[in-house]
Amino acid sequence: MTPHILTRSLDRGAALFLVVLAALGVLLPLLNLLTPESSALHVPTYLISLFGKYVCYAILALSIDLIWGYCGILSLGHGAFFALGGYAMGMYLMRQIGSRGVYGNPVLPDFMVFLNWKELPWYWYGFDMFWFAAVMVLLVPGLLAFCFGWLAFRSRVTGVYLSIITQAMTYALLLAFFRNDFGFGGNNGLTDFKDILGFNIQSDGTRAALFLLSCLALAIGFLICRAVVTSKLGKVLIAIRDAESRTRFLGYRVESYKLFVFTLSACMAGVAGALYVPQVGIINPSEFAPANSIEAVIWVAVGGRGTLVGAALGAIVVNYAKTVFTSGPLAPYWLFMLGALFVAVTLLLPKGIVGTVNAWLDSHKPPPTDAADSAAREDGVIQPKPAE
Amino acid sequence: MSMLETRSTSAMLYLDGVHVSFDGFHAINNLSLTLEPGEMRAIIGPNGAGKTTMMDIITGKTKPDKGEVVFDGTVDLTKLDETEIAKLGIGRKFQKPTVFESQTIEDNLLLALNVDHSVRGTLFWRRSNDESERIERVLDIIRLRDARDRLAGSLSHGQKQWLEIGMLLAQDPKVLLVDEPVAGMTDVETQQTAELLREINSHDKTVMVVEHDMTFVRELGVKVTCLHEGTVLAEGTIDDVSANERVVEVYLGR
Ligand SMILES: Nc1ncnc2c1ncn2[C@@H]1O[C@H](COP(=O)(O)OP(=O)(O)OP(=O)(O)O)[C@@H](O)[C@H]1O
Ligand SMILES: [Mg+2]
Repeated sequence: MTPHILTRSLDRGAALFLVVLAALGVLLPLLNLLTPESSALHVPTYLISLFGKYVCYAILALSIDLIWGYCGILSLGHGAFFALGGYAMGMYLMRQIGSRGVYGNPVLPDFMVFLNWKELPWYWYGFDMFWFAAVMVLLVPGLLAFCFGWLAFRSRVTGVYLSIITQAMTYALLLAFFRNDFGFGGNNGLTDFKDILGFNIQSDGTRAALFLLSCLALAIGFLICRAVVTSKLGKVLIAIRDAESRTRFLGYRVESYKLFVFTLSACMAGVAGALYVPQVGIINPSEFAPANSIEAVIWVAVGGRGTLVGAALGAIVVNYAKTVFTSGPLAPYWLFMLGALFVAVTLLLPKGIVGTVNAWLDSHKPPPTDAADSAAREDGVIQPKPAE
Repeated sequence: MSMLETRSTSAMLYLDGVHVSFDGFHAINNLSLTLEPGEMRAIIGPNGAGKTTMMDIITGKTKPDKGEVVFDGTVDLTKLDETEIAKLGIGRKFQKPTVFESQTIEDNLLLALNVDHSVRGTLFWRRSNDESERIERVLDIIRLRDARDRLAGSLSHGQKQWLEIGMLLAQDPKVLLVDEPVAGMTDVETQQTAELLREINSHDKTVMVVEHDMTFVRELGVKVTCLHEGTVLAEGTIDDVSANERVVEVYLGR
């Protein structure tokens, strides 16, 4: 079954995307590790981490495109799943610090000692083991998405109403994680990480490996999404997106389909967050900010909704622009820029970058032969008209 | 088993004393109607008579305030939702042709096929020969074989009507509810549609057709029910019904 799904899902654009991704994923770390700093080809470590961050955003964008582009579910709270994955990883990294913290407590993270806590809360148990944290990275966002989706989709909450409650969800989590007594470090979040799986988190080698892993995760996420959208299930998703009620009258259980992609998408977002945290070195409640989730939706719109490749590209392009912008004198105006970008894309490039390129390529293909149409005219009264 | 046999003689669709109101407006009033298995029935009536609403009730889109809606002698349709009702074998063509515009004609038919509709089933789905053959047959019947790879959104209104009828064929339900199938069709196409529906009906399918086109209704040659203000005004042969004074007054004499 699996090889079949994979081969079917690879068209030329997808293959190109994977090749470029593989090349970057291998080349950049090599240029970082193997070339001397004086070399023109040298890629500094801070760039590796920066690109690694973009790649994590690309995974998040991909997860949003899967539900929004293919199933019409506009989640404005996907940053919450990203942040939860990030917190799960952050908890593992916190426990790796051990007695090297400021207070030197072998079990309790610094912020707990500071709060005068005597014991590790039960929900921190197990996070000293990487495998456990890795499972939680998928399980926590997945479970939240499943419960949230089960309630929302069964009650047929759709459209803006759904978007609004997803915003409410991430906002509620923001407030909860801000509280010190919630047990996740309050507004400082989790930081001062030392190592991951025994490797120094600051070292060039670890950074390079994390970047490579992020690229790998993006590639795998992309392949999973492709497999989903090119299967018959993908056709059902598009049917739901375009005519939800009609799909029901054909006997499809729409809420099950939505629940499936929503949960899958949340797990992907969780993985993105988990890879993001060791590369930026911190996770705090601001990752739950409703604006973050909205920004991620803009990446997808810019790159091209319903194209997968476009979502990833959009995340990278917009975030690169953000880095350039916010490091210059125009920094205070970034949000205006982002807003303007969104308006411009909506008005001028409603299909996004990749969608527009695809449409252009399609319209420049050699026209199909007329044989089909004329044959229809001979034997049928209903004449297919040319597409235009 | 014996219970089922005795029931097989009773109605395929049974509506009794059905009421529906929208914000105090009584769209359906004490509506009672029975379709025998294998019967084809034409429904006529002025705009707003409640024809489409009746189909909404049967297919679970609208819940009646009062009354019985029973399928196949035993199944209470008022307790089920659209998906469950569709799975029982009640298919529907909408008044405004509703096809999946951004997908190809072939994919529209593929989606309609009554095969495994579970998430897992569709995720790991592979086309079988049987499914391909069924799609080919439908494509021939609706004369869209050569347009199979075109997007459904690019079809003319009449072609969309045919595609939606094709989706019904692919769905292969026991009961077909067909709302205004010939709107936007030429006379020849209308005639062909009547033939097609008669053909479908001859294969033991129960069919309910709503239509304003009286030539078409005559062409079907079946029992006619005229609805007015949410209730049955007259029922009988086309000649009886069109001779009925009240029918002429509220509908035909416009
Ligand atoms: N969801 C709804 N909310 C409010 N009113 C409705 C709703 N659905 C139908 N109606 C009203 O119920 C009445 C019956 O509508 P219906 O569509 O069933 O008529 P119809 O017989 O199909 O007419 P037509 O020949 O124009 O298709 C109309 O007055 C319509 O406005
Ligand atoms: Mg109607």
